[in-house]
Amino acid sequence: MSEMEKARRSVDFADKPLCLSGRGVTKVFGIGDKKTVAVDHVDFDFHEGEFVSIVGESGSGKTTLSKMLLGLLGQSEGQILFQGKPRDISSGRKKKEYWKGIQAIFQDPFSSFNTFQKVDAVLLDCINMRGGKGLSKQDKYDMMTEACNFVNLKFAELTNKYPFELSGGQMQRLMIARIFLLKPKILLADEPTSMVDACSRATILDMLLNLRDETGMTVIFITHDIGLAYYISDTVYIMEHGKFVEYGKADEVILQPKAPYTKRLISDVPKIHEEWDLSTVDLLKTE
Amino acid sequence: MKNTIRQVFHSPKFVAGFAIFVAILLVMFIYPLINPGNPLEQIGVGTFAKPGTYISLYDAAKTNTQTLRLPEAADNRIAARLSMDDRVEMINWFGTMNISVEGLDINDTDALIELWNQNYDPSARPEGMTSAKINYYKRLNNSIAELSASDTISIADYDEEGNLAVTKTISDTDYVNTKDVANVKTLPLGTDNFGRDVLKELVSATGTSIRIGLIAGIVATLIGLTFGLLAGYLGGVVDDIIMFVTNIFTVIPSFVLLILITYSLGQEQRGAAIVAIVIGLTSWTWTARSVRSQVISLRNRDHVNLSKLSGHSLIRIVVMDILPYIASYVVMAFILQVSSGILAEAQLSLLGLGPKTTQVPTLGLMMNWAMLYSAHTNGSWWAYFPVILVITLISFSLNLMNTGLDQVFNPTLRD
Repeated sequence: MSEMEKARRSVDFADKPLCLSGRGVTKVFGIGDKKTVAVDHVDFDFHEGEFVSIVGESGSGKTTLSKMLLGLLGQSEGQILFQGKPRDISSGRKKKEYWKGIQAIFQDPFSSFNTFQKVDAVLLDCINMRGGKGLSKQDKYDMMTEACNFVNLKFAELTNKYPFELSGGQMQRLMIARIFLLKPKILLADEPTSMVDACSRATILDMLLNLRDETGMTVIFITHDIGLAYYISDTVYIMEHGKFVEYGKADEVILQPKAPYTKRLISDVPKIHEEWDLSTVDLLKTE
Repeated sequence: MKNTIRQVFHSPKFVAGFAIFVAILLVMFIYPLINPGNPLEQIGVGTFAKPGTYISLYDAAKTNTQTLRLPEAADNRIAARLSMDDRVEMINWFGTMNISVEGLDINDTDALIELWNQNYDPSARPEGMTSAKINYYKRLNNSIAELSASDTISIADYDEEGNLAVTKTISDTDYVNTKDVANVKTLPLGTDNFGRDVLKELVSATGTSIRIGLIAGIVATLIGLTFGLLAGYLGGVVDDIIMFVTNIFTVIPSFVLLILITYSLGQEQRGAAIVAIVIGLTSWTWTARSVRSQVISLRNRDHVNLSKLSGHSLIRIVVMDILPYIASYVVMAFILQVSSGILAEAQLSLLGLGPKTTQVPTLGLMMNWAMLYSAHTNGSWWAYFPVILVITLISFSLNLMNTGLDQVFNPTLRD
């Protein structure tokens, strides 16, 4: 394990202020015989600046939980607290206020963009949302250029292009540029790397880490890949059938797994139990 | 957008449909310029004048004549006057008198008359022939004799003392040039039951019908689109209520509803616009249902979620993030609505429930008038057939455009 990773993981987030937490959060779809409990009374505490991974198989309730965290879906039971206070998203205005604090990157970059809007419009939207409506054209241009530089894109080349003219990796990086402009308290990344190639994956993960380091935002990283979760996160939550079966620091959970489900997940990762050494894997290196 | 339009105009089906429709529109705009005037003006007395060129007999009689001795003139004259029915009766007479007609062509007037003159016997009383029939043959014989005789027509006028005096004689070799005749009128499609120029009426009616179709299409598409978008995007109770209303409208046959509404409106209230709006009000359900299902598949897409997260308002999300994705679909639905609006007007009018009959002609009204005056039984095809042809062409072109658009847009809808 490199020095940087050790330093990163040595931070004890339990002392940091709470950013997002949940108590008995439950989501039930349908009624009667057809009732499906997607998320079953989960508790969680995400701290400021923490890189949290939620790991689980398909159908374990990760995406439902992420939608509830984003406020796109109401919870059937339980309470979600934002910065220590119960979250209030009862009206459109309050939702808007909440969404200034939490943003998302979705799995599929191709469907994340409105294909009828140009790249400029997407980024301008973010500037406007952060109250930059009155800024001069040049200022806005500079901000967009800065955001694109952060994700290794050249705004001058992207301007006046439509999202579908970009590659999947470029689109996903543009999504990160969007987050860079919005600077939310929490970023919810729902499998942001599963639809892009391995090369772009490393770049994107690296950017997420940089973003966290630079802005101190909480990143909630949702993935099915426990190896990936180990490499990048401070805290790991393992989810099975809508419940957190195990959670804790990444090292503890993955190097000394207690729950049989975690053990199974780890055993499913190819080659992973021989050596838990990051130095052998070049995942975090950018090209 | 530009690319889409270019793509659309590469579809041969769309281009063919578009060309037909534009041609119809061009005729609609240009013909009234060439032939101005009220399309409902009654220019003829009596019903259903045949298509063709009409030359004023009065003017022709007063025009300077040229003498032309055309060898076939007498034959043509007889051939034109001797109707097919008469010819058939002549053959029948030969049959009853056991005269061989082998090798005789019924259209060969010379041979027919020669055979008739050789064999006709006014005193013959064939067995089983009624005296009415015998008299008919006598009359036929007389008119054949009259036709064969070269003669002149005398024009007489009253002189100062009130006596008729021949002022002019017209012989069978007198001709006038049509250019010299003051009044020559070509009626390419004849006149209808009220003596109105069918072509002029048809052009005007096409315009009215297309307008009715457009209004009906716009009304239906707007209602269907609004309901579909709201039901699909909002879901929940709104969806339930809208779908309940939509289902009611779907279950009641819309044409019956249309008939009832137009009937209860009364003749006086029924202008073309009102009929169009009523048609629109009864035909939106299909659009609403399909828009709803499209929106439901779109509303959980990531880009809509992201737009919500960006704090956009409901209207903005619907207009900017959902509408563009279903726009192609809505355009197609609109084209079909226009086509079915035109057909619905024709059906309503055929039943006598169309727009007020005194103001504007519509395609349906023209068929209604033709039907009321039995054009279909007395062989006046020009009163209804061109109308049917125009309706078919309009529907055909619109459907062709729709199919073309479908081919262009569907691959993007599928992904």
